[in-house]
Parts: sequence; structure tokens; C-alpha cells
Amino acid sequence: MLSDVTSFASLAPAYPELLLAVGAIVVLLVSLFWKGISSTAVSIVAIVLLLVVLAVLLLQPATGVLFNGVFIVDGFARYMKALVLGGAAATLLISLSNSKEHGIDKFEYAVLVLLATLGMMIMVSANDLMSLYIGLELQSLALYVVAAMKREDKKATEAGIKYFVLGALSSGMLLYGASLVYGFTGTTQIDQIVAAITLDSRSIGLIFGMVFLLAGIAFKISAVPFHMWTPDVYEGAPTPVTAFFAAAPKVAAMALFIRVTTVSFAPITHDWQQIVIFLSIASMVLAAFAAIGQNNLKRLLAYSSIGHVGFALVGLSSGTEAGVEGVAVYMAIYIAMTVGIFACVLALRTENGPVETISELAGLAQKRPFVAAIIAILMFSLIGLPPLAGFFAKWQVFLAAVEQNLFILAVIGVLASAVSAFYYLRIVKVMYFDEPVAQFAAVPGELNVVMAGIGFLIVTYFVTVGSPLTAAASIAAGSLF
Amino acid sequence: MIFSDHLLTFITFLPTAGALLLLFVGGRDEAANNLARYIALGVTLLTAALSLWLWYLFDASNTGFQFVEVWAFSDSIGYRMGVDGISVLFIPLTAVLMPAVILSSFGSITKRVKEYLIVFLILETFMIGAFATLDLAMFYVFFEGTLIPMFLIIGIWGGARRIQATYKFFFYSFTGTVLMLIAIMAMYWQAGTLDIAKLLTFKFPPEVQTWLWIGFFASFAVKMPMWPFHRWLPEAHVEAPTGGSVILAAILLKLGGYGFIRFSISMFPDASHQFANFVFVLSIAAIIITSLVALVQTDIKKLIAYSSVAHMGFVTMGIFTGNIYGIHGAIFQMISHGIVSAALFFCVGVVYDRMHTREIDAYGGLVSPMPRYAVVFMVFTMANVGLPGTSGFVGEFLTMLAAFQANTWVAFFAAFGVILSAAYALWLYRRVIFGAFTKESLKGILDLDRREAIVLVPLVLLTILFGFYPAPILDATAASVNLVAENFANAIGAAPQAVAAATGH
Repeated sequence: MLSDVTSFASLAPAYPELLLAVGAIVVLLVSLFWKGISSTAVSIVAIVLLLVVLAVLLLQPATGVLFNGVFIVDGFARYMKALVLGGAAATLLISLSNSKEHGIDKFEYAVLVLLATLGMMIMVSANDLMSLYIGLELQSLALYVVAAMKREDKKATEAGIKYFVLGALSSGMLLYGASLVYGFTGTTQIDQIVAAITLDSRSIGLIFGMVFLLAGIAFKISAVPFHMWTPDVYEGAPTPVTAFFAAAPKVAAMALFIRVTTVSFAPITHDWQQIVIFLSIASMVLAAFAAIGQNNLKRLLAYSSIGHVGFALVGLSSGTEAGVEGVAVYMAIYIAMTVGIFACVLALRTENGPVETISELAGLAQKRPFVAAIIAILMFSLIGLPPLAGFFAKWQVFLAAVEQNLFILAVIGVLASAVSAFYYLRIVKVMYFDEPVAQFAAVPGELNVVMAGIGFLIVTYFVTVGSPLTAAASIAAGSLF
Repeated sequence: MIFSDHLLTFITFLPTAGALLLLFVGGRDEAANNLARYIALGVTLLTAALSLWLWYLFDASNTGFQFVEVWAFSDSIGYRMGVDGISVLFIPLTAVLMPAVILSSFGSITKRVKEYLIVFLILETFMIGAFATLDLAMFYVFFEGTLIPMFLIIGIWGGARRIQATYKFFFYSFTGTVLMLIAIMAMYWQAGTLDIAKLLTFKFPPEVQTWLWIGFFASFAVKMPMWPFHRWLPEAHVEAPTGGSVILAAILLKLGGYGFIRFSISMFPDASHQFANFVFVLSIAAIIITSLVALVQTDIKKLIAYSSVAHMGFVTMGIFTGNIYGIHGAIFQMISHGIVSAALFFCVGVVYDRMHTREIDAYGGLVSPMPRYAVVFMVFTMANVGLPGTSGFVGEFLTMLAAFQANTWVAFFAAFGVILSAAYALWLYRRVIFGAFTKESLKGILDLDRREAIVLVPLVLLTILFGFYPAPILDATAASVNLVAENFANAIGAAPQAVAAATGH
């Protein structure tokens, strides 16, 4: 097989990945040999690198298929990659000032984040079950290490092991599914699987393969019933790491999920639709009820992210272009809300150290009114109350589901969001209605900037970023159909 | 001319601009609080003036939408504003009550003053927006948006059991309203637009109407509130601060009634006709049962809250008769109740600020130390009863008239509500104002001060004015009400024919 790479210029669609790969290696080598370089400096370099890659991605409109069809760059890949890069850069930014107290003040952290981000970009661009797996593993291996980075901490180590064991299990399922799909279609390339599937030849083996494949990816987006690792890992990992886990990898895995379902299994939409509907309902309902009893802030956010994956899947359940557009918008808003809420959590520390539980937030509104206001805005947005961004995210996905007459799904979904309001409101209640008990330390400057920026965008979503974001998501979704 | 073209936008968003301005008021001392109070008062007064100007400019003979502003790229969600005879009066009602609410908080709210004013100003934007928008999704945005400030108002500045009350308020409203959201989305895919003006002319198939009607009913029945979805209301009223109770009773409940007229009756006439008897039963249940419940209350605010539910029963009854008198009466009753219930809650606030109790038994014989208060309270009590010569009479009379036309039994049972309302309202008045002035704790209680008089006297004047001369309200709404009633009659008259044509194939 001849390579289709004839010149450097023909690699244009892959420039962002190449730049990131080279950059990550350079950062690794430099920090390895430059004794005494501070981890903060490495993090800043990593942020700048991610932003440069993002700029290259946005300014460089080349699309196409590379490397004998295993790597695709289309509108959808570019949109999702922009979210991944933005999420990764933002989570590095919010961990700058508190990496020491969370035990991740090592240069490896930033390097591993860069490598994980590279893996995610390959996942998003994967056009073949092979490259899909390579991307997924590059991402996962980096994340396993990051989760256990605080070596002397028992909880973090436990989180790392748990994540690794369950991640390995899911990779195994994914590989098994991939092998079945290959066996029953004769190809591993995502866009050629479609051609191999005809409705009358839809064999039970192919369905099995698809189920295993989707189960493997469902692990990565932590959809119920493949969510068990999420609360433990979120709780155990250092908070900045949790922030990173909750943002970018979710988007990359969701992108993978969308590409696999809507592109390669398009002829058997009806079959995977049932799976997605089940995952969606199970995630929304379980997360809504399971989060009620949580007092640990990070566990609560873990269940919240499970629930939001469920809501995003409502859009995908429709199996239409409008649905994918909805998911794309949902993930963008989800990433902004996640980064925002973790910025707030990281900004809060009392005399007993960083805030870990909800009850420690008591009376925050009187002690730190700005942080409390941002958290309240984010909570109302996570509930999906208008006029905040979270409402418009839900609007898009539910609109797509209602178009396909998935009324039962839609009704269960909105009722689950009503139940989930209970635990989000509890945070508002504790902050605003209860009397303060603790003193809170001053908030670092860059966190204030992140919180203010995200708060502003969430509140003014409809008049500011709303229409450009929807337009971009529409282009992204259009490139898949 | 440019300014009046965008009048609705100015009225809607001026309070938000005021709230933004308040963010820049620094400091927590009394001077900063006072500055914030006067800024909020000025902003709400300006909004009220603009809203009265809107009413003045409103052309009552025009049945279409006026002051229309459209800023939308497609038939999907967009910024569309406009008013017709159904909605125009609710805007001045909201805007005129707001300065009174702000003014009444001057003495009673002393902690987190700036935040209090900010959430009220944002709430005003949402309320006016809900009445003024012509986009179904934006209606949802404004309608549901009111939950955020109200949740905070009850939760932060409320009484002892405020947290349970505010949660109850939130969950009742939110659960009902999300079902409406699904119905809104289904309407969009049916009609291909979210423009209310276009949706009003779209004919939804009758079987679809049934489901859409149920979705909207889930939301508005909780908001109104209709029996048996009213359980949140007494608690929310009792625990909310005076301003919160006033806004809840005077404006937020009206969003439900407005929604019934604008959406249920106008867009789903077949389903409304089909469910009319169901609504009548609930309305009569509300009128009789909650009136009886009001009789046994020991808390003044709770009594007034239950009487609100009973009065809203007349409104739903009137709306679902679908005839001109019923809808006209319902709108009048809502405006009148907006004034009277607001004033009653202000009256409770006056004595609550002095004695810090709402127990009826804690009062008695207030007529001798507080003669001016006794007069004011009497006017509103009579208006609540529906005495001719007060605004309360007109709405009740018209809705009963309509009910008599639609179904005599409905009118028969509704009439009990009038008797019962006289019983509980007059008995309340007797226990609080008359009787022997013997309670030790009440010694030294002061009559209305100037600030309280400024809040209450205009409401007294309006109550009596609209009682004797209801024309300003009835004229403004007449043309649009005729149109709604006419369309409703045509739709339900045409329905049997449509069925015949469909089966004739």
C-alpha cells in the first residue's frame, strides 16, 4: 500500500496533532534535562502550546482523509477538537495556583495532560477502529498516571488503580467488539463499515460487535450502567485532575461515540438508537437520585456529570443531524460549566484546607459574594433554568428528541432534570440561606478571571455566544450526514 | 418615534439595567443601602411611567399585536415582542406595583439590601418579558426565569420555615413547567414556528391539541394555582417577605391566567372545550374548598393566600366558558385581584413589621390605635369580598354571568364562593380590627406612617375607581377578547364538521 503522504503540505489537516506531539516531546525533554525548572513554568508553556495548537486548528481550514484513510479531519472533528483543546488549556490554567497543595506540582503533570490531549485529538479524528483504539489508549494511559500522581495519597492511588482496572476492562470490551465488527463486515475503516452493512445482511454478530464497541465507549463517557468508576475516581483524584477528567476526555469520548454510531452504523440506526435511549434514561435518572445523598462536592459533581452525559445522549437518541448539533452545543456548554464550577471549587479554601464537602460552603454568599454568585449561576445553569446557557443546551437536545417523537424519553428527561434540581439547589441553599461558619482564603487572580468570564458567558449566552456556537455546531453536525 | 418603537424593550430591560447599576454600589453601610434603595425606586418609577405611557399609546380598537419588535433569523427561537388587549394591562400592573414593593421594603428589609433589590429588579424583567414576548420559547425563558429570583427571595429573606417553602414553590413550578417545555417543542415541530402571532392562526389537529393542552395545563394549573395543585402557595406566601408575597399574589399567579387565555383557549380550542367541564369542577372545588379552608386559618397571610386560590377559581371558570363575558371577567378579575391582594399583603406587612407575628389572635381592636389603617384595610377587605363599588365586584359578576350562560350549575356552586368569601374576610376584619383593645403587646402600636400611606393610598383609589368606572380596563381589552371568544366559538363550532369531513372519505 502506497502512502498518500507525498509532501509536508499534504499533511496540512494533521498539523495540529503533529505540532502537539512534537511540542509535548520537546516540553518533556526540556523539563527532564533542565534541573530545577518550576512546574508552574512548564504548565504555562503547556497552556501556551495548547492555545497555539488551537489557533492552528482554527486558522487552518484544511479537511480531508490521511494515512490511508485512518485519520479524518472534517467539520465535526475540528469543532470537537477545539472543545478538547479549550477544555484542556482551561483546566491547566485553573490548576496553576494550587498544584502544590494538591500534590501535582511536578512537570510530568503538564506533559501527561498534553499527551492525553493528543490522544483525544486522535480519537476525535479516528476514521478506523485501529486509530480509534490507539487514540483511546494514548489518552487513557496518560490519564491513569495522572489520577495516581499524588503517590503518597491512599485515595489518589486507589482512584488510579480503580480507573486503570475498569479502563482496561472497557478497552478489552471495545477491542472485542471491534474484532466482531471487523469479522462481520470485513473492514475496520469507519466509513467503509457503512457500505458493508446492508439491512438484510444485518447479522447478529455485527449487532454483538456494535454492542461491545458502544459499551466500551460508554465506559469512557461514564454513561450508566458503565459509570461506577466515576464517583470514586472523581473523589480520589486531586481536584485539578478531576477538573481535567470531567471536561476534555468526556468531549472526546462523546465525539467518538457520535462518529461510530452516526457514520459507521448509520444503516442500523434503529438498533443503536435503543441502546442510546437506554443509556440516556438510565444516566439521567440514576444520577438525579444518586446525587441527592452526596455531601462530598466532587462526588456530587461526578453524578452531575453522569446526568449531563445522559442529557447529551438525549440528542443523539434522535439519530438525526439536529440531534448531533444539539449534542455538539451541549458539550460546549457542559465544558464551560464544568471548568467554571471546578474553578470555583479550587478557589475555595478554609483554614482546614481546600473545601471538599457541601456543608463547608455554608454562608459563602456573605463571605465571598462573588464566588457564591458564580456558583449559584452555574448551579441554576446546570439545572437548565432559562435564561442561562444550560437551558439552551437542554433545549437543543430535547428539541431533536421531540422531533423524532421520542416523547417518553423527553418526559422522563425533563422530570429527571426536575429531580436533579434538588441537589443543585442544595448548594445554593447552603451558600445563601445558611449562616457562615468558616473563613475563606483570598481567591487567586486567574481563577477570578476564569470565573468572571464563564459566568458572563453563561448569563449572556443567548445574546453573545449563542448564535455563533449554534452555527458552528450546525456545520460540525452537517459534515457527518 | 424610534423610542416608542422599542418601548416594550425599554420597559422590559430597564429594571435589569437598574440591577446592573446596583452592582456598582459599593459598601455595606446604611448610606450605601439607602443609595441602592433610591436607585431601585427611581428605576421602577421610571419603568412604571413608561408602562403607563404604553397603555396610553395602546390602540384599543386594534385586535392585532402592537409595538411589535422582531429580531429573529428564522422561525426558531428569536426575540419577538408585542402586546395586544390580552397582555397589555398586565405590564402596567406589574410596573406600577414594583415601586410600591420597593418602597415597602425600606423599613422591613435591613440585611442584604442590595441583593434584595437586585433580585426584585431582575424578577420584574422576567415578569414583564413573559407578558410582552411573542416568541413561545422566550415566553418559557421569562416564565421559568422567574423561579430563580423568587427561590432566592423566599429562601433568603423569608420566615422561619422558608427553606421548605421555597423548595416546595420551586419544585411544584418547575415540574409543571418542564412538561410545558415538551409541549412547546412539539408545537414547534407541528407548526414550524415559535412565533406566537403565527401560532395563533395555526390549526392544530384535535388529537394533538389534547396532549399539548395537558402539557400547558400542567404548568399553568400549578402557577394559578388551581385546586389541588395549590399546596405550595400558602406556605410560599406565609414564609415570603412582604414584597415577595405581593409579587407572588399580584403578578406571578396572573402568568397562569394569562397563559390559559393566550395559549390554552386560543391555540387549543377543541381541547379546551373538551376539558372545560374538568376545569369547571376544579374551579368550583377551588372556590368552595379553599374558602372553607380559609375560614379556619389562624395566620393572616395564610388566610389571604387561600382566598387568592378561591379568587383564581373564578378566573379559570371564566376563561374556560370561552365566551366574551367570561374572558373579559377573568382579565378584570386578575387585574383587580392584582391590586387587592397586593394591598392586603401590604396591610399584613404593616402590622407584621410592628408586631412580628401574623397570628390573628395576637391582634384585636386595632381600630382605636390605628384608625387610618382600619379604613384602608376595610376597603381592601370589601374589595376581596366583591362588594359592588369595588373592583372585586366587576370581575366576579362577569365570570358568574358567563358561567351561568355556559352551565347553570357551575354558576350556582360558584355563588357559594361569594358568600364564603364574605364570611372569612369579614370575620378576619372583625377579629383584627374590632373587638376590645386589651392586648398588652399591642399597646403603643402606631398608625400608618407616611411611607406606608404612599404605598397604600394609590391602591385604595384604584380599587374604588375601577369599582365604579371599569371602562379603562374593559375598553383596552374588549377588541382582543372579542377576537379570542369569536375564534373559540368558531373552532368548537367547526370541530364537528371537520370530524364529519374526515370520516366522510
